[in-house]
Amino acid sequence: MSKILTQNRNLEVIGIVALAAIIVVILPVSLDIFRLNLVGKYLTYAFVAVGLVLCWGYTGILSLGQGIFFGLGGYCMAMFLKLEASSVANTKIQTTPGIPDFMDWNQIHALPAFWQPFHSLAFSLVAVILVPSFAAFVVGLAMFKRRVGGVYFAIITQAVAAVLTILIIGQQGYTGGINGITDLRTLLGWDIRTDHAKYILYFVCCALLIGSMLLARFVLASKLGRILVAIRDKEERVRFSGYDVANFKIFVFCLASAIAAVGGAMFTLQVGFMSPSFVGIVPSIEMVIFCAVGGRQSVVGAVVGTLLVNWAKSSFSETFPQLWLFAMGGLFIAVVLAFPRGLAGLFTDQLLPWIERLRVGGKPRATPAPAE
Amino acid sequence: MSNSTDFLLALEKVSVSFDGFKAVNELNLYIDKGELRVIIGPNGAGKTTVLDLICGRTKVTEGSIKFKDQEITGLKEHEIVRRGIGRKFQTPSIYEDLSVFENLEISLPRGRNVGGALFWKRTDDVIERVREVARMIFLIELIDRPAETLSHGQKQWLEIGMLLIQDPELLMLDEPVAGMSVSERVKTAELLHEIIKNRSVIVIEHDMKFVESIAHRVTVLHQGKVLAEGNMDAIQHDAKVKEVYLGH
Repeated sequence: MSKILTQNRNLEVIGIVALAAIIVVILPVSLDIFRLNLVGKYLTYAFVAVGLVLCWGYTGILSLGQGIFFGLGGYCMAMFLKLEASSVANTKIQTTPGIPDFMDWNQIHALPAFWQPFHSLAFSLVAVILVPSFAAFVVGLAMFKRRVGGVYFAIITQAVAAVLTILIIGQQGYTGGINGITDLRTLLGWDIRTDHAKYILYFVCCALLIGSMLLARFVLASKLGRILVAIRDKEERVRFSGYDVANFKIFVFCLASAIAAVGGAMFTLQVGFMSPSFVGIVPSIEMVIFCAVGGRQSVVGAVVGTLLVNWAKSSFSETFPQLWLFAMGGLFIAVVLAFPRGLAGLFTDQLLPWIERLRVGGKPRATPAPAE
Repeated sequence: MSNSTDFLLALEKVSVSFDGFKAVNELNLYIDKGELRVIIGPNGAGKTTVLDLICGRTKVTEGSIKFKDQEITGLKEHEIVRRGIGRKFQTPSIYEDLSVFENLEISLPRGRNVGGALFWKRTDDVIERVREVARMIFLIELIDRPAETLSHGQKQWLEIGMLLIQDPELLMLDEPVAGMSVSERVKTAELLHEIIKNRSVIVIEHDMKFVESIAHRVTVLHQGKVLAEGNMDAIQHDAKVKEVYLGH
């Protein structure tokens, strides 16, 4: 990868601009609001993929539990929206008016203490970032300070995702259980279900995603980014260069989780609910596949991969619903075996040299393949 | 316990056992300021383990290790590095995916926490210092090359350079000429003579010709204990040493 490292950095900037043009201009012009809202939903998964580029692609930490953070971010947003939707006026037919409907169904008669602060939008927005980051910090601290890594770390993140799912489903009265938090209506009185609102939320989502991609680029282009690569290569050498490796891993894991959480919050806003089916093991692994297909060492690639796989999922499962999981499993195996650097790798390793050869034209044998 | 010493590094009655096997057994080792010490010994004598103990990679079971008269047992690896001890590994341990420049830049002892690394500026004095070290380790021409494209010997030099740029007071080298060609060995000896100025160095080496060319004092380890210690000449004529190591 490093032969064309600097070239790649420029390519990534061009890629971000091109991608921004596609999602901000071309897609809104050419798709109806139903399809655009669907793209908006896919873009929220792309946040997770961008985080995975940071912690998996660059640092070598494979987390199979990013759904935890996506979900926590989404739930923090959903809790605010649910409280707003559960005003006394809206819920006067309940035994206890003014609390979310699922609490009423579960014989809970007062809003639990941990729900109280979610009356405030400011608190909720801060919580969207801080709750998942704190969760990542605790997991990271416990694991990385003890030098748990590799496949063990991946398994533990899976376990945490499973635990969180079970907890959410089991505590139905406090969390909405398996149905999740549904029937969300307004944000500070602004109806989020109208087509107009969906357009606006789509563009907010695009802006935040592009912001996250630029933030990831900034981190990766700094010395910290090179230290992350160094940790992936030779963790011991980094430690013996005077760095506390665990702190860097915790940082990047928290950052990846915070970015995933923003995606979760945007999911809640655009799709209108949040449920445990976006928290557990299967969605977490799906998100890793999105990232792998696009290219785990490319911020742009990860986003493109997410969009393509989800588009394929939608069109495929409309025709052959049963086969989709097999197709996705097959896709993942194919990526790992045949093109481990994903679509972005295919682009930089195969397509660009090919274009270069076409451009040189006349003397096809004169130019050897490897670029300077 | 707390005898004050003038030594830069003092290992006293250091033992370590792995599942009951004593890899290092009540070892005493003292390194002076500015000294170049070569540790030799047959395979399994515990040479690499001694370096692992000093740099904190392996925890001491018993005994004390003092650096500049301060106990360093129990410190984390990066804390020991920050006290001024650098360690080179047996196989070249460099960052293959980064360039020579970036390898050296990361090793510069500045901006070592998360914030410092994130807002790191590549200032002129950073560039100057990196180029200076690259020149010393014969890699100035290759400074922008990815480290994975270097030859084995060049990778060894790069790792020595990465230690050098840390400017440690004690430098520990584990087989710095292993796998090198003859001309690379000569250059490495030259490099070592250059870098031992103003610091203490511990070298583990098998190659006796190379040892002769650099050694001040030699310690022979055998079964986790010091078998003999002295200058090269005395060691080569020591009967015990001949028997376990040199003689065959």
